[in-house]
Amino acid sequence: MNSRNPNRRGFLKRGAALAGLAVGAMPFARAQSLPGAAADERPPKDLSYGERSRFENSVRTVTLGGPRDIIPGLPAGEMGQRLTPLQDSTGIITPSSLHFMTGRGSRLPDIDPREHRLMIHGMVDRPLVFTMEELKRLPSVSRIHFIECAGNSGMSHYKAMVKGIEVANSPALTKSTFVIQQVHGRVSTSEWTGVLLSVLLKEAGVQKNASWLVAEGADSNRHSKSIPLEKGMDDVIVAYSQNGEAVRPEQGYPLRMVVPGWEGVSNVKYLRSIKVVDTPYYLKVETANYTNMTPDGKASWYEFQVGPKSLITFPSDAHQLPGRGLFEISGLAWSGRGAISRVEVSTNGGKTWKDAQLQQPVFRKAFTRFRLGWNWDGEETLIQSRCTNEFGDVQPTMRQLGKLWGDKREPPIAGSDVETFWQTAPIMEFFSNPIQPWKVGRDGSVQDALYKS
Amino acid sequence: MRFIRASLFLPATVLAMCGAAMAQSPTYKVGRPPTEAELRAWDNVVGPDGKELPQGSGSAKEGAKVYAGKCSFCHGQNGTEGPAPRLIGGVDSLSTRNPVLTLGSFWPYATTVWDYINRSMPRDAEGSLTPDQVYAVTAYLLYKNDIIKEADVLDAKTLLKVQMPNRFGFFPAKPEAAAKNGNWKPNWNQAKPASR
Repeated sequence: MNSRNPNRRGFLKRGAALAGLAVGAMPFARAQSLPGAAADERPPKDLSYGERSRFENSVRTVTLGGPRDIIPGLPAGEMGQRLTPLQDSTGIITPSSLHFMTGRGSRLPDIDPREHRLMIHGMVDRPLVFTMEELKRLPSVSRIHFIECAGNSGMSHYKAMVKGIEVANSPALTKSTFVIQQVHGRVSTSEWTGVLLSVLLKEAGVQKNASWLVAEGADSNRHSKSIPLEKGMDDVIVAYSQNGEAVRPEQGYPLRMVVPGWEGVSNVKYLRSIKVVDTPYYLKVETANYTNMTPDGKASWYEFQVGPKSLITFPSDAHQLPGRGLFEISGLAWSGRGAISRVEVSTNGGKTWKDAQLQQPVFRKAFTRFRLGWNWDGEETLIQSRCTNEFGDVQPTMRQLGKLWGDKREPPIAGSDVETFWQTAPIMEFFSNPIQPWKVGRDGSVQDALYKS
Repeated sequence: MRFIRASLFLPATVLAMCGAAMAQSPTYKVGRPPTEAELRAWDNVVGPDGKELPQGSGSAKEGAKVYAGKCSFCHGQNGTEGPAPRLIGGVDSLSTRNPVLTLGSFWPYATTVWDYINRSMPRDAEGSLTPDQVYAVTAYLLYKNDIIKEADVLDAKTLLKVQMPNRFGFFPAKPEAAAKNGNWKPNWNQAKPASR
């Protein structure tokens, strides 16, 4: 578990060092006695595939209250969900081992790449079957893209987290369970390498009246998704590599689709079949779920694109500030449409905003790291970020989202009484990209101020 | 004479070039055509026009037995108790404070029910039901949701005629419109629900 305490200890140490520097009172003799590197005296281990230091403990967490918990009779082995510890992230790349994952009821496949095939069929002149070796002979691309679950940041995840803690009645769980990870951790960024789907489609020869694709995985529940052909001919990658090595088993080994900027459910893993068709297939994950219901009972479907979104990852509710003074506020911004062009940060509850520095280069449809120095005066305050993409789309507040989602009340309930809003519209859940405020207390504690307002 | 020959010749060339462009001849010549067996085995995601549906048939009466044997462990004896998602009921609840989303109240196409059961159910033995069993248990679930009659027989033709209650509960009416929407904003503040 990525507990609050190690972070706090680390921070206290760094805080003490900073405080010492600030008053110029660091004794020189003590600085000289800084310890040198101790040798690892444990039995030698195999270093042929590296692992991180035993002092590092940042891990993915599970979703609390998932189906595995409620159907105890089913055999184990389902992948479930694993959530990325955004609170520990630096830079823009998520380590493959910490990339979020969802299994949607499938067990973890164990696929021999020598046996794996990808079939392109349907409305094409030449249906084709490719082996992994053949795919790797074709021209490849490497691109940095985020993948985000459409349900990320939704209220139901906050409720599940609170309920999970209640059910477990575990103080340890409370200390190691954070909104930054449990509510927002269904998003990660990797460098993906593979063949552009357009290359494969052209090789097969798409017929004139085709307009959609149906992609199917080889996992146990045959996850499938309809994708507009236009997107398939644009920037979809059939990826075999992630961050410089083979895609991880839980990420779709040996082959997955990466559909840049679109809801995570589109990124079919264990990809084995792409059928070219002339209609969406109204599959379960595009009708029964991943559709957004409005208060009048009508649901929106086939939305695809992730909105502009940003989060302060430090400090967030997984952290504890050691005391007033200088900190670097750091966070992530991303947009399913184009590149992030601006991130503003407010440290006074939204009264004023300052432009944060964006890590260069900024990639389209990828995490963008932003940073801003902050001198905390030790008083209670709200800190938050909002981003803008290159098309001028601005990340909304929860209140603005509520209006967008059909909350016709004036003033809209969302934002002032979020719980009531969600109770009256309990399943408007997807594509949630509200500004996330964190409340910094005088004791240095940091708490969620979006859902727990 | 020359002029006429040239004018005849040119369009023919242009046509030939167009033909080549339309056919998109392969660039890399990598990969091989699938065998008939591979196509049969893998071309089984069922769309709204049911082209992929296999032969076979079943009614609610046979489906009740399949349900009791293969489904009730997770979905409950009546399809309402869970713990897995509820399957029965909820019609007319969608605009209330507590909408009950089931395949009967919410799913717009009966082909989706067939396809999901066929490829993704039952958990831990996905794809193990025969086409007859899938038709039968689909019929049973639609019957329990008051969508078809107990004696109705479902097959590759009759399944397509089933009218789901929430068929027009989604917007935009044409998903193609959403596909072309280059804007991130959810569509529901602009689009009107599909009319019947």
